[in-house]
Amino acid sequence: MSQATLRVQKISGHAGSVPGQDAQREFTVCKLIDTTTCIGCKACEVACMEWNDLPFGETVFDNTYQTMPETRWNYWNLILFNEHEKEDGSLMWLMRKNQCMHCADPGCLAACPSDGAIVQYTNGIVDFQQANCIGCGYCITGCPFDIPKMNPKTNRVFKCTLCADRVQESLEPACIKSCPTGCLHFGSKEDMLDTAEKRAKQLRDDYNFPNAGVYNPAGVGGTGVVYVLHDATKPELYGGLPSNPSIPWSVKLWKGPLKWLGNAAMIGGIVGLVVHYLRFGPKEREETIKEPHEGAEP
Amino acid sequence: MSETEQVVPPGHVLRYNFKERITHWVAAGSYLYLLFTGLAFWSPWLFWLAAVFGGGQISRMLHPFVGLVFAASVVVMYAMWAAHMHVDENDKRWFQSVNYYVQNEDEKMPPAGRYNAGQKSLFWGFVVCMVLLLLSGFVLWEPQYFPWRSVMAMRIAILIHASSALLTIGLFLIHVYMGVFAERGALDSMVHGDVTMHFVKRYHPAWYEEITGQPASPKK
Repeated sequence: MSQATLRVQKISGHAGSVPGQDAQREFTVCKLIDTTTCIGCKACEVACMEWNDLPFGETVFDNTYQTMPETRWNYWNLILFNEHEKEDGSLMWLMRKNQCMHCADPGCLAACPSDGAIVQYTNGIVDFQQANCIGCGYCITGCPFDIPKMNPKTNRVFKCTLCADRVQESLEPACIKSCPTGCLHFGSKEDMLDTAEKRAKQLRDDYNFPNAGVYNPAGVGGTGVVYVLHDATKPELYGGLPSNPSIPWSVKLWKGPLKWLGNAAMIGGIVGLVVHYLRFGPKEREETIKEPHEGAEP
Repeated sequence: MSETEQVVPPGHVLRYNFKERITHWVAAGSYLYLLFTGLAFWSPWLFWLAAVFGGGQISRMLHPFVGLVFAASVVVMYAMWAAHMHVDENDKRWFQSVNYYVQNEDEKMPPAGRYNAGQKSLFWGFVVCMVLLLLSGFVLWEPQYFPWRSVMAMRIAILIHASSALLTIGLFLIHVYMGVFAERGALDSMVHGDVTMHFVKRYHPAWYEEITGQPASPKK
């Protein structure tokens, strides 16, 4: 892949055409995370910090493997641990590497008012351009996965870039490169879905996980990160992965009907007042007013 | 109503004293800034407005502070004018015959006092919208600093902020149209403070009767 894959196909807060729209020839990229072979080593977390040169933040120690409760503006990749009790009373680890899902239909981009602060490249990567970010935090309200986080010092929002800088140089993202078990894969969306489905079938047929499946939610147009889950019917068990994510209704209402209603009302209001003035004019014309003294006491 | 009575030309009466005028124009100036920067965030087609006011970041940074100025000026206006703004039976009748007002057939309207029913509605509309904008604006201002940071609260706040802002835009358009174009003399009153007795008799007949003790129209 060349830099041409970083042509932009969607731009936040943007009026008019987009340079890379309908210019796509290359495939969209995808990260595959097989939660069934994750051992929770956190090598991906370290690789992410290293490659993206993120400053360290304080970790929280609460007698669990969970070093922090959620991703942060300077911590884009976090394994969520859940010690799950199965129906027979035995325990099993559910570990999910959490990061931006790189939705085909990104809610952050839909909610963002700032021109060019969030872009989607033709290879599917959703990337924040902090230079254009105005710090309103609307992207946070648009995300069904609670991923974008604001740096309180600079009022700019950050998240996983899917290592767009590595991908454009034909390298795999840093997390993929660091994974020791091979639970992380990177390639075209088509190939990754194929691999994921094969793995899910294997889990169903040979490993006694009858509900194993692939997480690629249609509500956000599919994602640039897909999971293989032991139990695809209960994604919530994996650190609150939403079973049917979509752009929040409030963002749809605000960017849809409310926007059109508001625009129509504002333009209609101005036109209406101009027409009223032309039809009826002022309530009284200066030249008809008999000034001043009308017998009233001043 | 003013304690520092200003001298007005003969045949004129003071409608807005200095404090009222300065408060009005502080509100007007801050509202215009909020309107234009707010519209920049409202639509990509208007995002260029943010560039006019120093760019998106500066607009986003100053918008809440100017919002505080606007809110404070509305609070002062509330303290000054709320007593004049009680909606009574006469105002209800005024609204029932509002189509005469729209068609400039004011002689068929119930006589308005110091403020007519439309002006009272404008006042209360702005007071209510200001409170909604202030509360929702606080939720959106620096949410990362609040430990109870709630994405759902922000989602609701955006809807409230946008809806109430749209309402104020409607009120604002009508207000500017009435004050600048429809009622000649209204803008002058907010600049110089005084109106002619003719203006009082023409637009606020009940107020005319109140301050002169004479009937506004001979027929009545």
